[in-house]
Amino acid sequence: MRKIKKIKTIKDLEQSIHSQIQARKSEKKPVLTVSAGTCGQARGSLKVIKSLEKAIKEQNLEDKVKIKVTGCHGFCEAEPNIIVQPINIFYQKVQPKDAKDITSETIINNKVIDQLLFTDLATGKKISSENNIPFYKKQRRIILGDNALIDPTDINDYLSIGGYRSLAKVLGSITPEKIIESIKQSGLRGRGGAGFPTGYKWEFARKTKGDTKYIICNADEGDPGAYMDRSLLEGNPHRVLEGMIIGAFAIGAGEGYIYVRDEYPLAVEHISLAISKAEEMGLLGKNILGTDFDFEVHIVKGAGAFVCGEETALIASVEGRVGEPRQRPPFPAVKGLWGKPTNINNVETWANIPLIIEKGAEWFSRIGTNGSKGTKIFSLVGKINNTGLVEVPMGITLREIIFDIGGGIPGGKDFKAVQTGGPSGGCIPKEMLDLPVDYESLTKAGSIMGSGGMIVMDENTCMVDVAKFFLNFLRDESCGKCISCREGTQRMWEIVTDIAEGKGKKGDLEFLEALAKATRDASMCGLGQTAANPVLSTIRHFRDEYEAHITDKKCPAGVCKELIQYSIIAENCTGCLACLKVCSQEAISGELKKVHVLDQSKCIKCGACYEACNFDAIKIE
Amino acid sequence: MITLKINGLETRAEEGQTILDVAKFYGIEIPTLCYNEGLSRYGGCRLCLVQIGEEPRTKLVSSCTYPAEEGLVVRTDTKRVIEARKMMIELMLSLAPNSKIIQDLASKFGVKQVRFKIRNEECILCGLCVRMCAEQMDGRAIGFQNRGYKRKISTPFDIRSEECRLCGGCLYICPACQLRCQGPDADTAVCNACLTMDPTCLDYYDELQCWMYDVGRCGTCIREKPEKSKSKEKAQKSKQKEKNA
Ligand SMILES: Cc1cc2nc3c(=O)[nH]c(=O)nc-3n(C[C@H](O)[C@H](O)[C@H](O)COP(=O)(O)O)c2cc1C
Ligand code: SF4
Ligand code: SF4
Ligand code: SF4
Ligand code: SF4
Ligand code: SF4
Ligand code: FES
Ligand code: FES
Repeated sequence: MRKIKKIKTIKDLEQSIHSQIQARKSEKKPVLTVSAGTCGQARGSLKVIKSLEKAIKEQNLEDKVKIKVTGCHGFCEAEPNIIVQPINIFYQKVQPKDAKDITSETIINNKVIDQLLFTDLATGKKISSENNIPFYKKQRRIILGDNALIDPTDINDYLSIGGYRSLAKVLGSITPEKIIESIKQSGLRGRGGAGFPTGYKWEFARKTKGDTKYIICNADEGDPGAYMDRSLLEGNPHRVLEGMIIGAFAIGAGEGYIYVRDEYPLAVEHISLAISKAEEMGLLGKNILGTDFDFEVHIVKGAGAFVCGEETALIASVEGRVGEPRQRPPFPAVKGLWGKPTNINNVETWANIPLIIEKGAEWFSRIGTNGSKGTKIFSLVGKINNTGLVEVPMGITLREIIFDIGGGIPGGKDFKAVQTGGPSGGCIPKEMLDLPVDYESLTKAGSIMGSGGMIVMDENTCMVDVAKFFLNFLRDESCGKCISCREGTQRMWEIVTDIAEGKGKKGDLEFLEALAKATRDASMCGLGQTAANPVLSTIRHFRDEYEAHITDKKCPAGVCKELIQYSIIAENCTGCLACLKVCSQEAISGELKKVHVLDQSKCIKCGACYEACNFDAIKIE
Repeated sequence: MITLKINGLETRAEEGQTILDVAKFYGIEIPTLCYNEGLSRYGGCRLCLVQIGEEPRTKLVSSCTYPAEEGLVVRTDTKRVIEARKMMIELMLSLAPNSKIIQDLASKFGVKQVRFKIRNEECILCGLCVRMCAEQMDGRAIGFQNRGYKRKISTPFDIRSEECRLCGGCLYICPACQLRCQGPDADTAVCNACLTMDPTCLDYYDELQCWMYDVGRCGTCIREKPEKSKSKEKAQKSKQKEKNA
């Protein structure tokens, strides 16, 4: 790799940015942008890149086209995807075998390959450019959008989209107090869970007396199924770094730590590379850009316990102690890492900073609602057509996210509920689909914003089963210090499990509610304080379903094994043998073209026969 | 000097004191279990919960770990505190029904049933033994293992520790094995017996003052409930008269 020249003054940095922007503008060669974040790589994007390289060589196109490997673009459903620039063609689900066609047809002959285009599920039409795909249309990708533009391993590519301009601006002419004022005015709130106003947090840390201060970037991301932070660190590490440098300057910190989970090797690789490149360039280290500001960044890899994402537990873990939360106050801003004033923010929070500096607090605060400004990235998963990362303005409705962006529920099934806020979030029912997504509304509905998990559930989901699932996660992940949280989650899980197994009794719900409230009230940290959400929100919105389990011993969604039975509807059965073949228990007997019979006593309710039958002849009740 | 209000009383505290320290100094009773004067604070049993803040922004915190802060408003016996505390005791009872200390707490705070399945673990993971061993016996022979519902107290590798000098400090301080309660019957896990031997209340106490948190129900109060409204009216009237005069 080329040696990077050290930049010594703010003026030189501005110059470099300017020339990189010019270079990008004057680039005439077509560019094949391949998304290769962790998800893209899992779906084979590296192989696609290899065959593209091969095809380019074979067709002698080395001087005529460039490949750019980027991080995740968000549309995981369509991975691996390729954007051909400057004609802006979006190819989805590309296979290595398609490489030759792309180079020969699109690059040489300027022709669009129809079968690689995205097909709109609603209209059946082919769509050629990313912007017109419904998944992207209602999004506002002020943060995630850059992922598709840059090679995250190349610092100059970041400069070429105006990167580090905010840093130059800040070091050149803005005082720390003014930066903090501007972050306060922007209305930015923490994206890691609690939604604390970032500017005020910075102010506390700045005002605490002390020569040594630290900042931390929380990239623990322990919510199962959430990967917003991963994709930012993988796809745009310099932006997070730029946010941190600006924050350190504003707060007066000389050292920063990035706490990232060990299961994110690509993120670790890219952010490590970014740090060393920024050091080479003189954007980190001593006397940054000729000022008297020193700042360095270290990476700490976390072992991956959910509770280590809690700020005091995280600090303990960085210090090499057991990752258990402690009493706050004192807050980290007063007594944090090694007992020094420390400011801790989430990855996405940091990534918002350069933008606010560049475009102004006023611009930022125009996006969103009264209490929640800017955009939020959600990881949209579960029973949804378009899974992926979506970045939306605060205040957008759940309906817009799930149906317009997410493309609705697969298989023509009905939407039932959406779970937001990670394992300790809550479930929001169909009736509340028009709820605006912001901190206050979600809390009012009995859920939380959390760090941005969003799990969509269809009519075949049992809410008792859902509560059981999250409680099982929480009873395992509680650090175990507070009896309220450790035993509270365990006992709630026991009661809900009993209900799911048909052993529920009258009064269980009231008891469960009382226990849930005590767990919430009595626990020390956020984990225990929110651990009751899955229970309380499902009881609140789906009480009928709990009652059906308790009183009628029925699972209306047909999920809870102890409460359902599989049987064959004789009128529908064609005697095709399909079910008989898949049953591992030999519970089904029958001959070809004769009605089959299912033996309840042998059936373990695995559901394989139900999936196998093409004639709706197996019923669950 | 810090000033804070506990149950309406103006109190003063030194930097570094907890709410519990201050309450104790002023003679305000807050029950504790995992707290011990000679050991570091832990905050695990959640028995010392108090309510801080003013409506509608209030929350419960463990007073043994929460620092006394300037202007803090603390209530030690609100309905919310009482309910949460009772649930904590019920949870502890379900884990160690043979502990006399926990049975006494149950009696004192009116916990009359255990609705959880009894687990008889004889340990509530209060961490007293761990701190006793490390901080007073210089042992570090025992510690916590695992997290969540799998958490337990043990020695490294679950074998007899070289560090242990068999001093008995851990046994001495353990609330679950120190004193055995003979009372609980298997079905309910609560004995509710010993405490009624304490002296009866000599005055009428209202909901917050009754140390059983169960006004009149224990059957030992000797005074009748005074007619609240009437006496108030009288007092007001006499004040009025004084003014008029
Ligand atoms: C159990 C628990 C887990 C958490 N996990 C994370 C996490 O994975 N990532 C994160 O940024 N914040 C997490 N938080 C929130 C942090 O404690 C802290 O509030 C946050 O990092 C502050 O950054 P922000 O103000 O930018 O949101 C967690 C909190 C709790 C209670
Ligand atoms: S609430 Fe749960 S996770 Fe938090 S400190 Fe207490 S036991 Fe640990
Ligand atoms: S549910 Fe599973 S075990 Fe039962 S009959 Fe069908 S395939 Fe066999
Ligand atoms: S798969 Fe369906 S139609 Fe075929 S034999 Fe089984 S029940 Fe009958
Ligand atoms: S007996 Fe052993 S384990 Fe117990 S306090 Fe003494 S040294 Fe520690
Ligand atoms: S053994 Fe006793 S002292 Fe130790 S944690 Fe358990 S209950 Fe507490
Ligand atoms: S005495 Fe305070 S939590 Fe145990
Ligand atoms: S002891 Fe006073 S009310 Fe019971």
